[in-house]
Amino acid sequence: MSNFLSSSIGKKLIMSLSGLFLVVFLLVHLSINLLILFDSTGGLYNEAVHFMGTNPLIKVMEPVLAIGFIVHIVYATILTLQNQKATPTKYNVTQKTKTFSWASKNMYILGFAVLAFLVLHIIQFYVKMKITDTAPIVEATGGHDGYKLVTDLFTQHGTLSYVYCAVYVLAGILLGLHIRHGFWSAFQTIGWNNYTWKSRLFTLATIFAWVIAIGYSILPLYMTFFL
Amino acid sequence: MADKILKKLYIKVWRQKNANTKGKFETYEIENISQGSSFLEMMDIMNESLVAKGIEPVAFDHDCREGICGMCSLYINGRAHGPDTEITTCQLHMRRFEDGETITIEPWRVGAFPVIKDLIVDRRSYDKILHAGGYINVNTLGNLPDANNILIPYEDYEEAMDAAACIGCGACAASCKNSSAMLFVAAKVSHLAKLPQGQVERENRAKAMVAKMDELGFGNCTNTGACEAECPKSISIAHIARLNREFLSAKIKD
Ligand code: HEM
Ligand code: SF4
Ligand code: FES
Repeated sequence: MSNFLSSSIGKKLIMSLSGLFLVVFLLVHLSINLLILFDSTGGLYNEAVHFMGTNPLIKVMEPVLAIGFIVHIVYATILTLQNQKATPTKYNVTQKTKTFSWASKNMYILGFAVLAFLVLHIIQFYVKMKITDTAPIVEATGGHDGYKLVTDLFTQHGTLSYVYCAVYVLAGILLGLHIRHGFWSAFQTIGWNNYTWKSRLFTLATIFAWVIAIGYSILPLYMTFFL
Repeated sequence: MADKILKKLYIKVWRQKNANTKGKFETYEIENISQGSSFLEMMDIMNESLVAKGIEPVAFDHDCREGICGMCSLYINGRAHGPDTEITTCQLHMRRFEDGETITIEPWRVGAFPVIKDLIVDRRSYDKILHAGGYINVNTLGNLPDANNILIPYEDYEEAMDAAACIGCGACAASCKNSSAMLFVAAKVSHLAKLPQGQVERENRAKAMVAKMDELGFGNCTNTGACEAECPKSISIAHIARLNREFLSAKIKD
C-alpha cells in the first residue's frame, strides 16, 4: 500500500478523490448561499446557518473537510515540485503546443489564488461565527445572524464593499477555471474515461465550471448592487 | 510547378559537446533551400556547408526518414517535430517555413532524456520502461495456435492497433510541461491489455512499467493533453485512462 501512495498514479488518485470531495463541499455551500436570493428578510438563510451550525453530521464533516483541503494542498505541492524537477531545462522558444486549457497548465497557481481567497473568507466569516463569536445575533432565537454578517460585508463598508465584491467575483471565476480542468481530469485519473466519454466529460466540466463561477459571483453582485 | 526557393534561412541550433558540458545556441545562415525539400534534407545541406567552413556538423538523430522509427527527436520553433501535427520531423517539409525566417531547433528537454550531443538525447529510459513489462512471454515448445486463428472483437482490435502505432519517439514527454511519459506507457499497456496474448502478464505489466517510469524521474501526469496533440501517431489520452484503470485495479487486488 505504501508504494501505491508514493507512485505517480497513486498520488494523482489522492488528488482526484480529495478534489472531488471538495467539489461536493462547494455544491453544498453554494446551494445554501443561494438561499439568500430567495428571502430578503434573511430568515431562510439563517435557518440554514443554524442547521449547519448544530447538525452533528456537519460537525463531524468540518474536520474532514479541513483534512480534505490539507491533503489536496500537500499532494498538489508534492506533485508540482516533482514535475518541476522532472523538467530541469526549459525550452528557449516558448512552447506552442496546444493543451486542453490554460487552466490545465496552471492548476497550482489557480489553487493558490483560491487558497489566498479562502484565508480572507475564513477570517471574514468562520472566525467571527465560530471562534471570536463576534457575529451579529438574531434577537428572537439567540442564534447567529449569518444573513446580516454577509450582507453587511457587501453593503456597509462603502468603497471597501465594492472591493470585497470584486474579490469574491474574481475568486468565483478562478474556482471555475480550476474546476473546468479539475472536474474532468479527476475522472480521467480514476480511469473513468474513454473515446466516447472524453467529449462528454469536457462538456460536463464546462457546464459545471460555469455553474460554480456564476453561482458564486451572483451573490456578492446581488448584495452589493441590489440590496 | 517548381518549388519555391527559400533564399535565406537562419538556423538557431543547440550546440553541446557532450553530456557533461554546458551547451549554447549558435545561429547559422543557409541559402537557397527548396521548399520541396524535407526538414532533415535542409539539416544535411546545412551540415555540408558547415563542414565546408571547417565547423563541426550538428549532430541529430534520424534513421528511417519515413516516420516509423521514432529517432528524429527535434523540437522546432516551440513544438515537438515542428509546426505540423501527426508527423515526425522526417515527414516535415520546408514549405512550412518562410524566406528569411529564423528556425529554432532544440533537443527534447526532459530530465530523463539527457542531452548526449547537440540535438541528440539519450532516450533509453523509454527502452528501460519497456524492459520492465512491455512484452509478452512466449513458450515456443509444443503446439502454438496460429495468431490469426485467435478471434478478437473488432473494437478491441482497433483500439489495440491504435495503441500499437506508438513508435517510442518521446514527443509525448518532450511536449509535456511535467516531462511525463504517461502516453507512451499507456500506449504500450493498452496495446497488450486489449489482446489475448497480453493477458498473462497483464496485472504485473502496469505496475512494473509505472514503477520504472517513476523511478527514472519522469513527471506526474496532470492531464494537460499536450502529449496527445503532439503525438505523431495521434494516440489518445483515452489510453492513459485505461492505464490508470489497469494500474489501480492491479493495486487493489494486491
Ligand atoms: C474548493 C477548492 C478546490 C476544489 C474543489 C479543487 C478541485 C480539484 C480537482 C477536482 C482536481 C482534479 C484532480 C485530478 O486531476 O485528478 C484538482 C487538481 C488540482 N488542485 Fe485543486 N481544488 C481546490 C483547491 C485547491 C487548492 C487550495 C490548491 C492549492 C494549492 C489546489 C491545487 C491543485 C492542483 C495543483 C491540482 C492539479 C494536480 C494534478 O493534476 O496533478 N486545489 N483540484
Ligand atoms: S505515444 Fe506518441 S508521442 Fe509518445 S512515444 Fe509513442 S508515438 Fe511518440
Ligand atoms: S527518422 Fe525515423 S521516424 Fe523520423
